[in-house]
Amino acid sequence: MIENRITVKSIKSPNEQGYYGKFGGAYIPEMLYPNVEELRTRYLEIMNEAAFQKEYRTLLKDYVGRPSPLYLAGRLSAKYNTSIYLKREDLNHTGAHKINNTVGQILLAQRLGKRRIIAETGAGQHGVATATVCALKGIECIVYMGEKDIARQAPNVARMKMLGAKVVPAVSGSKTLKDATNEAIRDWINNPTDTHYIIGSVVGPHPYPDMVARFQSVISEEIRAQLREKTGSELPTHVIACVGGGSNAAGTFYHFLDDASVELIAVEAAGRGVHSGKSAATTQLGKPGVLHGSRSYVMQTEDGQVVEPHSISAGLDYPGIGPLHAYLYDSGRATFLSATDDEALKAAFELTRLEGIIPALESSHALAALDQLQLNEKDTVVLCLSGRGDKDMATYMYAMEGGML
Amino acid sequence: MTRIGELFGRKRARVLSVYSTAGFPQLNSTIEVMKALEAGGADMIELGMPYSDPLADGPVIQASSTKALENGMTLAVLFEQLKDMRRSIHIPVLLMGYINPILQYGFERFCETARRVGVDGLILPDLPIYEYETEYGPILRKHGLDFVFLVTPETSAERIRKVDMLSTGFLYAVSSSSTTGKNKDIGEQEDYFQRLQQMKLRNPVLVGFGIRDRDSFDAACRHANGAIIGTAYIRAIDKATNVDAATREFLSGIVGVEAGAL
Repeated sequence: MIENRITVKSIKSPNEQGYYGKFGGAYIPEMLYPNVEELRTRYLEIMNEAAFQKEYRTLLKDYVGRPSPLYLAGRLSAKYNTSIYLKREDLNHTGAHKINNTVGQILLAQRLGKRRIIAETGAGQHGVATATVCALKGIECIVYMGEKDIARQAPNVARMKMLGAKVVPAVSGSKTLKDATNEAIRDWINNPTDTHYIIGSVVGPHPYPDMVARFQSVISEEIRAQLREKTGSELPTHVIACVGGGSNAAGTFYHFLDDASVELIAVEAAGRGVHSGKSAATTQLGKPGVLHGSRSYVMQTEDGQVVEPHSISAGLDYPGIGPLHAYLYDSGRATFLSATDDEALKAAFELTRLEGIIPALESSHALAALDQLQLNEKDTVVLCLSGRGDKDMATYMYAMEGGML
Repeated sequence: MTRIGELFGRKRARVLSVYSTAGFPQLNSTIEVMKALEAGGADMIELGMPYSDPLADGPVIQASSTKALENGMTLAVLFEQLKDMRRSIHIPVLLMGYINPILQYGFERFCETARRVGVDGLILPDLPIYEYETEYGPILRKHGLDFVFLVTPETSAERIRKVDMLSTGFLYAVSSSSTTGKNKDIGEQEDYFQRLQQMKLRNPVLVGFGIRDRDSFDAACRHANGAIIGTAYIRAIDKATNVDAATREFLSGIVGVEAGAL
């Protein structure tokens, strides 16, 4: 029903109402309207200011450590008989791509005169990245985190607390990321004037999906320049990234979206198997619906109740995907694959032993997809190594001790 | 004229609307609760359709939704429960909830069924104006259902005018920018209610969120056509062994109708 009123100029940007095709929009209660409308009318203007760009770029360079290296992984490439470049987001300050977005949003929040920051977090990576920029700017920070996730991600909870953030347990519903997001949204409803909500992925009501994608697009901007330097061409044949909500994938795909020759591959978490009942493969299991303010694919019951997903990786453990990804899936522009918990674990150990890089469990899902692709020596593959594996050591040790690997 | 229109045609002041979650406290409480509300003096019923992720609701109403879902409530079950409601319920009934379950049910099919069982209107806090105007409004009108928008103290005058033009039935004035169940002093919102009153809106205005007793109901009624009670009522029936008696006792504390007086 919605299709006929949409025209998409470039896949990159949604229309004025925040739609990518039939996905997106801003399905929010009136209580959130002033906050979201303020952002919607001002985010592009603020992000395009020269002074904003200068401050953002300087922080990315001197504080985050960008550009992150594009590394030709020799032994991994040999194994798959192709050229595999790893985009090393794991080397960023705080250990993942999440900081690209929080640096941008904290500068935006300052310009909007906000004095209080709220965020949701699942594994704690986005919570840490938010607490970090709040410490940097001396702004109050409250992070909502599911009670269950607090228990299983203790090191990141400690980091957030050391950084001065208040970690508030979400005790409703399933007590995980989806509920932490609900609680953060409620906080925003109850604090409509002084608070900015830093959403960690390309989800939520318009303009969040577009705003977060733009902040993360520095990933593909750098890839193009680095690839030109290394190969003479800006365009790889394949770009691979994992997708939970989809922020690292959005950033990795962004500047390739309009280059039809580049095959975009999104890898979802299949959990214990797509049809095991313990999975987070949203495009395979979900149906179009509305979650957290936008229309996208949502894992839900026949009655439209959102279901709890499962993935070994807390960062992919989300029952939706960003509306841009829903559009890429629906239109066929991106190929959606999935990797199980076991395949991700295996890929993590493979990378570690071949290249001496311990990847985050999320990124290991992207690595696991290499096995599923028909690659040859003429291909140039770029894979986003979205985060490092320090936070996942307990899981990796458990797998080793269990003789799984 | 719709039932809601008729209600406001004969009663312009102290209109009391009560929210209750369908399928709460027991799956089959729905009709019993509605009968008790009508008998106890409520002028209108807002029946909540439980949802797993109710963003605009506070913990009490969310917990009632979770309970109702655990009880087995679905839209199909709800419509089955409501199919003969007009034999015993005579006051207006609105369904309140979130858009996702309705999209899965099928929006048009939902409107058709709701109308058939005698529902008068809908409140869907997460259905935005743009989507309402371009897609869903015409379907609602086709099936003769009223649609009620929310306004808050932060809603601009221009936007209030716009939703007043789009709303049918009444306007739902949220008494403070908060999720349901926050006990902010309604007196603090006096300016806002006066502002709404002075705008001489097309629709009657009911004040919602934060009404919990006779005092807050009276305060809301000074500047509006009435008020909506939700959280306080859910609390009242949550642990009640006799929902009917608990409902009447609760309502008599608000509007002074003694149990059994009707």
